[in-house]
Amino acid sequence: MNKRQIVLSVNGRDHELWVLPSDTLLDALHDELGLADVRYGCGEGVCGTCTVLLDGEPTSGCLILAVQAAGHEVTTLRGLMGPGEAMHPLQECFLRRGAAQCGFCTPGMVLTSLDLVRRRGRPSREEIRYALVGNLCRCTGYTKILDAVEEYADAVAAGSPPEAVS
Amino acid sequence: MVAPAFEYVAAGSYDEAVRVLAATSEAKILAGGQSLMPMLNLRLAHPELLIDINLADQRQPSVDGGLLRLPALTRHRVLLSHDLVRRHCPLLAEAVRHVGNVRVRNRGTVGGSLAHADPTSEIGCCALATGARVVARGPDGDRTVPASELFAGYWTTTLAESEIITDVLIPVARPRQGWSFHEMVRRTSDFAIVAVAALIVLDERTDTIAAARVALAGVADRVILAAPQLSGQLIGSTADEDLGAAADEIAASLAPPDDVHASGAYRRRLARVLTARALRQARARAAGAAGAAGAAP
Repeated sequence: MNKRQIVLSVNGRDHELWVLPSDTLLDALHDELGLADVRYGCGEGVCGTCTVLLDGEPTSGCLILAVQAAGHEVTTLRGLMGPGEAMHPLQECFLRRGAAQCGFCTPGMVLTSLDLVRRRGRPSREEIRYALVGNLCRCTGYTKILDAVEEYADAVAAGSPPEAVS
Repeated sequence: MVAPAFEYVAAGSYDEAVRVLAATSEAKILAGGQSLMPMLNLRLAHPELLIDINLADQRQPSVDGGLLRLPALTRHRVLLSHDLVRRHCPLLAEAVRHVGNVRVRNRGTVGGSLAHADPTSEIGCCALATGARVVARGPDGDRTVPASELFAGYWTTTLAESEIITDVLIPVARPRQGWSFHEMVRRTSDFAIVAVAALIVLDERTDTIAAARVALAGVADRVILAAPQLSGQLIGSTADEDLGAAADEIAASLAPPDDVHASGAYRRRLARVLTARALRQARARAAGAAGAAGAAP
């Protein structure tokens, strides 16, 4: 199997890299580009720790090939952050509410719930649960995560905070 | 890195994909990848070549001649919200809410789901209940296969190795038709323990049942239609207890397997309860607003 050269657009920057046809997007982002915020969890698309936004939609990095992602816009958690690694308002809500403990699931939680708020405005708690069912957390018991997403959605619905760079 | 090494080609058209598929012994079609990629990562599949069809077709759902035509690459996310799907096959729009998680629904496709032929498939269950057909393209051209003849067993279809599903054709919902979908899972997004899809058509004038069809998932080695004589005995009925009696007989006709998720006996019990609920809800919807489309349970 020969490696082939692709251009991946990640968090607004183009990266040229060589990948095997069988490399997943997760392999390319984590192992080749060194993005520690995209994580290998289950390899089956169940746990959500490798979640990225592909053209704005939550996607399992372990279930799409790197070669398939060429030509699409990939956003990881880092892509939400502002200049100087300023945190996204939703990350601030996670911190304030104690919604991250070990932090392994947090990037996927943040990306998935951000997509939900963008689509649904102010989702109900049930809608948040439904959207996050594919993101497993072994620390928090989820309650504080739901609190954080609700706080963020309330703030967005009230006109603040402005959405940071996406 | 986790998956075994394989080669990859992106087909620009179905014809190209079929050509490559027919010429390669160990090739697999890659659509949304939400079932195939886990199987590769778990090393349950060892293809030498993946033929990516995601760029082979850009069509959108359409309606023509009483058929809702879903291009095989229509993603679950589109089925959930597409106006034509909600209007003409509300059963499918509702059932897809139970498919996987948001990432699965963003990538997974209707044709891929049917070709994967999981025995717990919500989409396969709806294809049977609605009397859907698939269009399969092979080296000799297109042919149409009824959903009732598509599933052969665990993750196996009756399609030839060199055939690819390109379209799913679903008869549009009629006036006086009601639908219902019920599923039992331990956690939302899990594979169904049992799922039931029911369609009921009421007679225009008498409100008696003119047609009834029940499909079940999770009760056999494939998604199945309840025996026509069992659902068919409802024809002409108006009585509520007939629905319960039909559900009892449908459940009694099943021999669901035991596995780590549930015993066969529990599955049969679920089939009875969910079928009765689905039949009652489908009839109520049929008796309700003429369109009966999209109403919340």
